[in-house]
Amino acid sequence: MNTLTLTDVHKTYRLDKIDVPALCDINLNVRPQCFTVLSGTSGSGKTTLLNLIGCIDRPDRGEIMVAGQRVAALSDDALSDFRLRHIGFVFQNFNLLPVLTAYENVEYPLLLISTKPAARRKRVQELLSAVGLSRHAEHWPGQLSGGQRQRVAIARALATAPELVLADEPTANLDSHTGDAIIALMRTMQREYSATFVFSSHDPKVLLAADDAVQLKDGRIVSATRRRGAEGLSS
Amino acid sequence: MSTLSLALRNLQRNRRRSLATLLALVIGGASILLFGGYVQNIVYGMQTGYVRGGGHLQLQHRDYFLFGSADPTAYGIADYAHVIDVVAHDPVLAPLLTVVTPSLEFGGIAGNFAAGVSRTIFASGIVVADRNAMLRWNDYGFPGTPRMLALTGSSADAAVIGMGVARVLRLCDALHLEHCPQPQAAAPATGAALPQDVALLTDRDSAAAAGTSTGADGEGARLELLAATVGGAPNVARLNVVKAEAQGVKEADDAYIELHLNQAQRLLYGPARPEVTAIALQLHHTAEIPAAMARLRQLIATTLSGYPLAAYDFETLNPYYGQTIGMFNAIFSFISLLIAAIVLFTVGNTMNAAVVERTVEIGTLRAMGVRRGGIRRLFVAEAVLLGVFGAVLGVLAALALAALINGSGLTWTPPGNVDPIHLHVRVWGEMRMLLGTAAGLLLVTVFSAWWPARRAARLQVVEALRHV
Repeated sequence: MNTLTLTDVHKTYRLDKIDVPALCDINLNVRPQCFTVLSGTSGSGKTTLLNLIGCIDRPDRGEIMVAGQRVAALSDDALSDFRLRHIGFVFQNFNLLPVLTAYENVEYPLLLISTKPAARRKRVQELLSAVGLSRHAEHWPGQLSGGQRQRVAIARALATAPELVLADEPTANLDSHTGDAIIALMRTMQREYSATFVFSSHDPKVLLAADDAVQLKDGRIVSATRRRGAEGLSS
Repeated sequence: MSTLSLALRNLQRNRRRSLATLLALVIGGASILLFGGYVQNIVYGMQTGYVRGGGHLQLQHRDYFLFGSADPTAYGIADYAHVIDVVAHDPVLAPLLTVVTPSLEFGGIAGNFAAGVSRTIFASGIVVADRNAMLRWNDYGFPGTPRMLALTGSSADAAVIGMGVARVLRLCDALHLEHCPQPQAAAPATGAALPQDVALLTDRDSAAAAGTSTGADGEGARLELLAATVGGAPNVARLNVVKAEAQGVKEADDAYIELHLNQAQRLLYGPARPEVTAIALQLHHTAEIPAAMARLRQLIATTLSGYPLAAYDFETLNPYYGQTIGMFNAIFSFISLLIAAIVLFTVGNTMNAAVVERTVEIGTLRAMGVRRGGIRRLFVAEAVLLGVFGAVLGVLAALALAALINGSGLTWTPPGNVDPIHLHVRVWGEMRMLLGTAAGLLLVTVFSAWWPARRAARLQVVEALRHV
């Protein structure tokens, strides 16, 4: 079963009384436990598509199924709960909570799902160790470099063991060396934690690392390429 | 990481703003408490004055309160000694009582016939020992010991008069009063000598009543008090004025005479069986008024059913007390409302700024799976913390300032008072006021954070994440 399926999805934004189509006729199946990249120029609809996949926005038309759940019918609270347990987010600007340490940032989603303290501690330590930040656990976000912050963000995104991790331009605010390291780390984490990663990027290096690549233009999918793996990527 | 500890850390992000908000809360809370403490002291002071002067409750003829001032002898309590005996020995009332004492109030004309002046007065005949006992009532712990009545130890024909009475009756020199102005051109004496019939009356009365009196034509200040007897005939008592006292209010100062009850009864009732116009009951505590009143009404309906009596509390007898409390309550409410409005806008402004600053963070939290209610709770929790800290610090500040004011030795003269009293602010121990103010402050703080918190919770996740 696919982790993510989009069928005839449309999204239009209304700006100053003018309807601006952001996505048209999007049909997409994302293979589970794969590394899928959404690419395209600025304004092509990558972020809009990620927002819809991440259940933080709703389509005007069409159906989105994430982890076997039709999300359109869910209420706002139910969607929040769904995101908490099934979707992890990595943001371009890291978006760590500045009043929490690295440890606490990773721990926070686990608190929201009421994980017991011992299990919580074990999970956070494991994730921080996996992203190489065990020694920075008590550091505040302001005391970490951009790369380190993004590592914490990746650990936080994986804290509740979601089926799907979404990353919007995760390397855009990093230098190329750090960006490469982050992509490598995400790839490792995706494999290690058997999660499905979908992220937007126009960085060619990211495309090289992907299992599947989906190219968008003017709100439409213009190509969907399977770069690795046996199963097909349909569009 | 609980919501409260996260809220606490969020408050520490912009310390200057949080401190400024906290300061507004502390100043607001302390101001309310200090003013409330000041008002409370005035109310307790007034209550103490009324209770010392007239007791907590009074038994009167049931029509005296409304009609008695015109003809007090028509509304007297006959056989009052029996009534006092019943009340003082009642098993329910006795443990509540400190003093039970009769009094006789009436109107008349006081004259200094030698100076050819007279004026209408109202007089009060009292039992001095009882009244001195009533002066010891101090349920609210006011500092100092009250002065005993000037009539204490005086002769049976002694009287204390208001300063105004002394001035009008030209008794200032005789009483050696300072600050007692005399008219620049003395009015011609129209009654240089006491009419013979009146003189006879007073001489006989004085001789009969005052074994220790200086006599009708002795030295010192004397006045003649003319009143209607129970039979309607005029009667005159010649009184030995022992002191003139300021009464605080000019109307009382110009008309008040205090004398011994026996003297007053002789004047009004002569050889007839004497009566009184009121029996004052002083209780140990003001809070016991409802219980005592209920028992008094029982007695009036049963044991004392033969007497046309009614019981009144001091608030009914002194409407000025309730009016003053009402006025201060209105001022207190107005000031509290103003301060609440200031707190409302200060906290609301702080929370609005926090929501704007943390819009992306709100979007992040929502994306991570925090519900709208969770976001609302987070901001409300910040307001709760601000409110709790503000209320606690406000109470502590008020207590400290009150201690400072109370220890400063500042004095003031309340309306109706003669002597200045210590400026005292009652905050310590006023649990109702302390808890009410703290709870009110907390409530206003939470209320002012509610709309910003609601706005934060209703932000669209995508829009919030895009916020710059």
